[in-house]
Amino acid sequence: MAGLLRGGAAIVGVAESDLGQVADDMSVFDLMAQGVRRALDDCGMDLSDVDGLFSATTQSRMSVLGLAEYLGIDPPFLGSTIVGGSSFEYHVAQAVGAIQLGLCNVAVIAYGSTQRSVGRKQASVRESNPYETPFKPFLPASAYALAASRHMHQFGTTREQLAAVAVAAREWALLNPAAWEKKPLTIDEVLSSRMVSYPFTVRDCCLVTDGGGAIVVTSAERAESLRKKPAYVLGCGQSTTHANISSMTDLTVTGALAAGQAAYSMAKLGPSDVDVIELYDAFTINTILFLEDLGFCKKGEGGAFVSGGRISPRGSVPVNTNGGGLSYCHPGMYGLLILIEAVRQLRGECSARQVKDCEVALVHGNGGVLSSQATVLLGSESTV
Amino acid sequence: MQMSGSPNSPLAVYLNHLSRGELAYQYSPKVQRAVFYPRLVCPFTGSDELEWRISAGLGTVHATTVVHPAAGEPYNVALIDCDEGFRLMSRVEDIPPDQVRIGLRVRFRVHRPGGDEPPMPVFTPEEEA
Repeated sequence: MAGLLRGGAAIVGVAESDLGQVADDMSVFDLMAQGVRRALDDCGMDLSDVDGLFSATTQSRMSVLGLAEYLGIDPPFLGSTIVGGSSFEYHVAQAVGAIQLGLCNVAVIAYGSTQRSVGRKQASVRESNPYETPFKPFLPASAYALAASRHMHQFGTTREQLAAVAVAAREWALLNPAAWEKKPLTIDEVLSSRMVSYPFTVRDCCLVTDGGGAIVVTSAERAESLRKKPAYVLGCGQSTTHANISSMTDLTVTGALAAGQAAYSMAKLGPSDVDVIELYDAFTINTILFLEDLGFCKKGEGGAFVSGGRISPRGSVPVNTNGGGLSYCHPGMYGLLILIEAVRQLRGECSARQVKDCEVALVHGNGGVLSSQATVLLGSESTV
Repeated sequence: MQMSGSPNSPLAVYLNHLSRGELAYQYSPKVQRAVFYPRLVCPFTGSDELEWRISAGLGTVHATTVVHPAAGEPYNVALIDCDEGFRLMSRVEDIPPDQVRIGLRVRFRVHRPGGDEPPMPVFTPEEEA
């Protein structure tokens, strides 16, 4: 984004809250606060250091107020942009800007969801759109399915290629002890699972879990003296192309194209500089669309690109190394969890799933129905 | 008492047309483009100059899916590109939902669910001449 300083701020603390199926009657604030406490411990800071607070959740209209109250703090800078699962990538850019301007120096970004415990219908407000709702699309799946239908029509992308995305995610998940899914998955199993919204079976769709977490962002100057290696924010970019799928101009080209270009431009980097790719895989088509739009392969070639295990732990392009929303964890607005994974990869903390020589990580958040796209490029000290 | 300039909401105008069997859309004269869904401000120009027009009701399936509900029969949801240059969500009726193909030519008709439900624009396959 124009105006933000490359490497001016860094993510210095990261933590997941409890994930999967959390204890009965846990609130979203319990999970956010748990994430904040753990993230501060991760970097050796305390709540008294926090002067910027960001949050988003579908289960509280004024979540940042609830979180500030819960934590007993009155931070001078608050942010609560909510544009779906990419909200936290937007928050990162806002935190970097606020830190650059001196509006705050230590920003915490938190998320929590109990959608598995309370049920998906209870976890978010039902919104009615008189031009879509009467046709009963199963949202969000049907919106992504419509985009997939175009990709299949225009480029010959197959259900097997979509399934390859789910299989690769599962292979990564088997290397992540925190992942929800514990058993191997085959392409045939994806194809023969219960159909949800053609061409998606339930295995083309993200999980429905509880979960949350937090990250701590501070100035590059302050980051140097903290407990862990900083993940410097090298680039940020955002694009919103629509809110409802019937208003998406080209269903095969997402806002990730513009978001990625803005982030690469700020970072002075390109796709070939990226060592690990963390994409918001709400549905299998997401990974294909974003790999194309972010420049890792040409438009229309994403299906072939993900085939043959290329994006799996066996392959040459590490994508969604935590197991993704498809197999690791998906509490509804998953974008915070890919920032956490990217930071851990840059630090070298990922054990069996660690990507070698990981210096640059690309995080791409997706919100709504391919609506709000936000890219964050992170780098180790050597990249600054 | 009417306080200001808009006697009817864009949705009310649209539904009034639908109840008369017409598929209404808006047209932005400055850029000569169709606008859908109906609104008070043009998304292409930012002005409030928008004309109401009636579609001829012919279009092409742009994207399609079959929803498989937990209970009940699978059904179609599609995006239709109308010939006047606007797109809307709808469904194609009269053929099995998995037979709805991208590129299929379709014709508008009104579906009236009854009760308190407003009329809906749905489409059926158009016999090519």
